[in-house]
Amino acid sequence: MKKTKLATVWLDGCSGCHMSLLDIDEALIPLAGKIDLVYGPLVDAQEFPKGVDVTVVEGAVSSRDDLEKIRLIRSRSKVVVAMGDCAVTSNVPAMRNNIPVKKMLETIYGAIPIDGVPPLLRHAVPLHDVVKVDLHVPGCPPSAKAIALVLGELLEGRTPDLAAKVRFG
Amino acid sequence: MRKIKIDPVTRIEGHAKITIQLDDDGRVSDAQLHVTQIRGFEKFTEGRPFYEMPSITARICGICPVSHLLASVKACDAIMAVQIPETAAMLRELVHCAQIVQSHALSFFHLSAPDLLLGMDSDPAHRNVLGLIEQHPDRARDGIALRKFGQQVIEWLAGERVHPSWTVPGGVNAPLAPEVRDRIRAGLLGAKAIAHRTLDFFKGAVEEFAEEIASFGNAPTLYAGLVDAGGGLQLYDGRLRFKDAEGAIVADQVRPRQYARYISEATLSTSYMKAPYYQPLGLAGGAYRVGPLARLNVADRCGTPEADAEFAEFHQRYGRVAQSAFHYHHARLIEVIYALERMEALVEDSAILDTHVRAHAGVNALEGIGIIEAPRGILIHHYKVDEQGAIRWANLIVATGHNCLALNRSIRQVCDRFIDGNHLSEGMLNRVSAVVRAYDPCLSCSTHAMGLPDLHVRLVGADGAVLDEVWQ
Repeated sequence: MKKTKLATVWLDGCSGCHMSLLDIDEALIPLAGKIDLVYGPLVDAQEFPKGVDVTVVEGAVSSRDDLEKIRLIRSRSKVVVAMGDCAVTSNVPAMRNNIPVKKMLETIYGAIPIDGVPPLLRHAVPLHDVVKVDLHVPGCPPSAKAIALVLGELLEGRTPDLAAKVRFG
Repeated sequence: MRKIKIDPVTRIEGHAKITIQLDDDGRVSDAQLHVTQIRGFEKFTEGRPFYEMPSITARICGICPVSHLLASVKACDAIMAVQIPETAAMLRELVHCAQIVQSHALSFFHLSAPDLLLGMDSDPAHRNVLGLIEQHPDRARDGIALRKFGQQVIEWLAGERVHPSWTVPGGVNAPLAPEVRDRIRAGLLGAKAIAHRTLDFFKGAVEEFAEEIASFGNAPTLYAGLVDAGGGLQLYDGRLRFKDAEGAIVADQVRPRQYARYISEATLSTSYMKAPYYQPLGLAGGAYRVGPLARLNVADRCGTPEADAEFAEFHQRYGRVAQSAFHYHHARLIEVIYALERMEALVEDSAILDTHVRAHAGVNALEGIGIIEAPRGILIHHYKVDEQGAIRWANLIVATGHNCLALNRSIRQVCDRFIDGNHLSEGMLNRVSAVVRAYDPCLSCSTHAMGLPDLHVRLVGADGAVLDEVWQ
């Protein structure tokens, strides 16, 4: 059987959704036989590859890097999943949105770093503000059970029914 | 002149890239780590009630939310000016130790073991946790089980594995049920067996990495960590100790509220991560390290029998002060044993079941500082509030930030040793990433440091020259 090409992406989040993914514990073991993990913080790929079947995205879109990355990801993925409240609503990253970026950075750094770091967008926004999203999975983080269900169904080519299985927060 | 980029640095917690400059002969002329995420917690929490801080700041990091929860509730305890019930402190230490276990297991097995077991030069497409599952299923199973045990204990105690809300200002919000204690007790045996098995394996394999050990950031630095009154290792409480590269104590029993006398920060033009340094020695000589390696270097002992036996062997092997960043891995595994032994001692103490676990109070002080040893090192939360308890100012000095200067130097050292611009290979670049992994940085945490009260900002250019200075 051909393995499903899965990518996981971490934009402006805390890695809690990735931790919840690892919290499926031993269920990771059979998963290893079914998927090729082609990109993400857990693997070593430098470039987001073409022809990805499922991409699971944690975090909001907060910097110019995030924006470029999510557009590229969308163009190279069949299914894009917004995983967790930051990807779904922009959640905690959006708490900075009522503060002008320059003012915030000046307060924090005095002199704002500029070499090799991406500029922040005016607002941190959810994924669906900038690209088409195929599935929203709320939660801070979504439970390991919900994530296992999402992955299991998507690997079988079905759309998971998340009614009563997820909640915000 | 050519530029090589590692973007992103993979198998680490957080967002970073590395740029390496080569001269015309293909030799490394410069290397820079750029931390690329910044969220501004210190700024947007202004005006929020102080008791919201634990649950907001937990969202800084999904790997060690318990660390932020604990540093935050300790700062809140100080604002309430309460002494929390003894059992509450025991329960907080218990959940903290569970977190040390799960976080260290993640760092060792899920993130670094692919380099150690599959090889630094192995196929990058399989050099990850799934490749580990396929090629070393027993070791992978151990890693998954050890991490699971830590996460389960957090879930049993606190209700959720990630971002729980059980630790609160004044203590914890529910006592320990006897059946949960029994479940923890039952799981400890298996977890300890895994920890010892892994450490024995690592000690047997470590010789294979002689070259990495010799060049993975062994330039001398200071070390900082929390110790108890007798100089023993402390993770939940304790006071700051700094040691120099020869092992001499340069500052000891520093109280949390004195931290600003010893730690200053520089801003780098190249990174959203700031660069703290040991203030008495200045930016040039004040680089210090924190985390497992530093803790085992500054402490006189661990204080639990099995970890102490390993502690003695560690220093026998590597000297009074272990300098190579590669030894972070070894130190991390010893700390797993220490954390499991502490958990054992805590659940065997009948006082842990006491139901008085929370002190209640309003705002009794306008400033509070909480300090703990997070898995990656010293974590400081410092808040100022108004009479109503609204945050006026917040400062978070986060574990990984302390390592910023040493991390940059280590990257440069590994580049100098392994990068040959004329015959570039993926394995060379992976070693640069691997030294970053050894530090187990938490970069989404690291950019949350903010100015100290009497902040001196120095903008340092890529070449190390000071571009600008501001005194506030």
